[in-house]
Amino acid sequence: MNQTERAELEKWIEIIWEKAHEMGLEPFPTHFEVVPDHVIYELGAYGLPARFSHWTFGRDYHRQKTSYEYGMSKIYEIVFNTDPTQAFLFDNNSMVSHKLVIAHVYGHSDFFRRNTYFSHTDRRMIEQVRLHARRIAEYETQHGPEEVERFLDAALSIEEHFDPTAVSYRPRTPDEYERERQSQTEPATEYDDLWRLGQNEPAKPPASRPRKLPPEPEKDLLRFLRDHALELEDWQRDILNILREEMLYFLPQMRTKIMNEGWASFWHERILTELPLTPEEHWEFRRLHSGVVSPGSRMSINPYYVGYQMFHDIERRWNGERDPEEPEEDWRGEEIVRPTGEGLRKIYEVAEQESDVSFLRKYLTKRLVRDLDLYTYRLEEINGELMWVVQDTDWRRVRDTMVDSMTNFGIPVIMVEDGDYKRRHELYLKHYYDGKPLDTDYTARTMKNIYRIWGRAVHLETVLNDEATLLTYDGERFSQTAL
Amino acid sequence: MPDFSLSTDSWDLHRRAERDRQRHNEKIKEVIKQNLGDIVSHQDIITADRGKIVKIPIRGLELPRIRYDNGSRERIGQGQGGTKPGDVLGRAPGQSGQGTGKQAGQEPGVDFYEAEFTLEEVAQMVFEDLHLPNLEERGVKQILSEHADFNSISKRGLAGNLDRKRTLLEAYKRNARQGKPGWEVRREDERYRTWEIVAEPQRNAVIFAMRDVSGSMGEFEAYICRSFYFWMLRFLRTKYNSAEIVFITCHTEAKEVDENAFFGLGESGGTRMSEAYKLALKIIEKRYNPREWNIYPFLFSDGYNWGDAECVELMRKMAGISNLVGYGEIANDIWSQSTSFAPLGQAYQEAFSGDPRVVLVRINNKEDVWPALKRFFSKHPEVQAIS
Repeated sequence: MNQTERAELEKWIEIIWEKAHEMGLEPFPTHFEVVPDHVIYELGAYGLPARFSHWTFGRDYHRQKTSYEYGMSKIYEIVFNTDPTQAFLFDNNSMVSHKLVIAHVYGHSDFFRRNTYFSHTDRRMIEQVRLHARRIAEYETQHGPEEVERFLDAALSIEEHFDPTAVSYRPRTPDEYERERQSQTEPATEYDDLWRLGQNEPAKPPASRPRKLPPEPEKDLLRFLRDHALELEDWQRDILNILREEMLYFLPQMRTKIMNEGWASFWHERILTELPLTPEEHWEFRRLHSGVVSPGSRMSINPYYVGYQMFHDIERRWNGERDPEEPEEDWRGEEIVRPTGEGLRKIYEVAEQESDVSFLRKYLTKRLVRDLDLYTYRLEEINGELMWVVQDTDWRRVRDTMVDSMTNFGIPVIMVEDGDYKRRHELYLKHYYDGKPLDTDYTARTMKNIYRIWGRAVHLETVLNDEATLLTYDGERFSQTAL
Repeated sequence: MPDFSLSTDSWDLHRRAERDRQRHNEKIKEVIKQNLGDIVSHQDIITADRGKIVKIPIRGLELPRIRYDNGSRERIGQGQGGTKPGDVLGRAPGQSGQGTGKQAGQEPGVDFYEAEFTLEEVAQMVFEDLHLPNLEERGVKQILSEHADFNSISKRGLAGNLDRKRTLLEAYKRNARQGKPGWEVRREDERYRTWEIVAEPQRNAVIFAMRDVSGSMGEFEAYICRSFYFWMLRFLRTKYNSAEIVFITCHTEAKEVDENAFFGLGESGGTRMSEAYKLALKIIEKRYNPREWNIYPFLFSDGYNWGDAECVELMRKMAGISNLVGYGEIANDIWSQSTSFAPLGQAYQEAFSGDPRVVLVRINNKEDVWPALKRFFSKHPEVQAIS
């Protein structure tokens, strides 16, 4: 990039910043970095700059970059949730693309700052992961890269099993749990007897229970392994901790994908519409924009498109617009009439308070499902061949399936039930079955990895073919018993 | 007040992802090596032309995760408008619909890695562990093979080969010589790693590829035979490019033929494998003095032959002058159920049990080709185990 282009870009960053503020966005201070394609694709694969090394990142980098080189996909920008926001622009973008991307970046930065799920994230995460990477590299020198890679392979395969609500609390010890359980019988307020109206006997203290590890079922498998696996070395516990901290950081982005992209797309359009563009530039901007907010690939949705249309729809409805054909009704069947001019206020409120699950649950309407042409589909056998077949277009079914597929971030809920099963320090996990069976092949391979970390037999209770089943891996063999 | 900064510094030297990408490639190779048996016997590869890209599906290069079963799961898609229940979105790739186990491509967008390699790359991996066994110093070192060794330093070189440590040392020394100790680096301090061409002596070797082309050799036997010799030839030409190869086909009489004729389709008639050995011995006598040549005769047959006793005698003679004698027996239908050799193989087994220079291999199916190659071309063939 030469000096004239640089000055031009700088000028527009400033203009767009001011425009964004005029419209009510409040992005963090932002650092823009113009980088070549291999850097953009590297950042895309690693999720953060200077993150630790692993072959899966190398694989993703190779795949994304190849796909770009074949003209199949392109990343225009990468933006990180930090303060100041770090944004990376692709040096091959045209000046109009740069403008659109800058506006888009401010949309994301505003969302990172505004949305409540991001409020606990570490905004200095780039420095954190750099330190993580340095420690892991040190472990590689100490214990050999193969050894570290083997452990990372095992740990990464369960990285999503942690408890995102446990951002800052310390888990209670078995003693504390027991004390708390017992103390429930002591009145906390003078009105406590109201709970026992009509019962004559005084409340009995609950019988004491044999101590258990964990005292209550524990969702944070990563933390549980870190704290209670018997044979781990310190560096291995540290790696489990590193993965958990990085996952905690990434989680809000995973759970607001549709909203975040929708929000950024909504605002880049609005900002660019108000910029002094020439007719040619305006045409290019429209072409780029419609590429971003276009339907998905039939097998998946485009989160930019869905989120963008939903924010538009919310703004429209809260601006008082009504559909005479399909009036909105409340639970009594009466038409909802809203005051006019509340649209902007409403979308700011939504961006602050919701995550994808609640966003879809509350604001995905019949009309949107139809206009966005959303549907459910599944595998079906037709004439001996397996085909993907559309099942349903009913808006409630679509909405519920979509919400269901995102609940617990789309992965099965696994809880640690017992860390001393059979009094042999074996690990007993339980899949909280919700009607969707597990993929047994993947589960078996993952259990092998958990075994590597735990060091003793691993059991997983689940439901297979409608029967409660216990899967066991004892280090040598898998077995399956009906419960 | 706008609060931003812009940087347009050069990122050209930034290559962090490269290392992890290479590690991923190594892992692909590891997986391929574990599956060489399948790959070696693959029809597409054997009939492939030089330089052709071979696609090898690889599973297991994603980390396993506990996840839902795909078949039972409903997903959300998005169309261009007007989609109705019952619309077919597409075929699940790689499916025969038999529902047998997990297969490729059950999930849209989820990775079933299809690695692409040229035939040469596959061959390299296949051959890494193969050697001409019992190779001895016989005769003149005829041809020197060359390879590059990365073991030298020069003042000019490719930027990627810059030796930072040495460069800094040179800079430090020069600065010290000039009386101002420090680390200032100049062009003249730069040192690059570079390579030297190392010549490696190669020994004389001749390989006899003998093939039964009698009427009893069916399509399957011919396929196995070609497949084995296909890899053997590639192996020899990759690693022992000065080795000579003599092709002999045989039914009731033996003929020395060229490579194309050797790989051509079979003839018919009876089987008298002793003729092949006789011809080979005659050729050795004329052209390949055993004191100057490492000799490796291989014969593939279905094991139905007239005059097994004569074959054993000739084989004994052959073993006396060869580094290793190989016999591969391709099991035809009658015998494929059992694990024992056909009559010719049995005769060899009795005569040469315990002789490390005679290797007998039975091939029942395509997957046995790779183990057979490994048996014949391991550096130190184990004493023939009788199965």
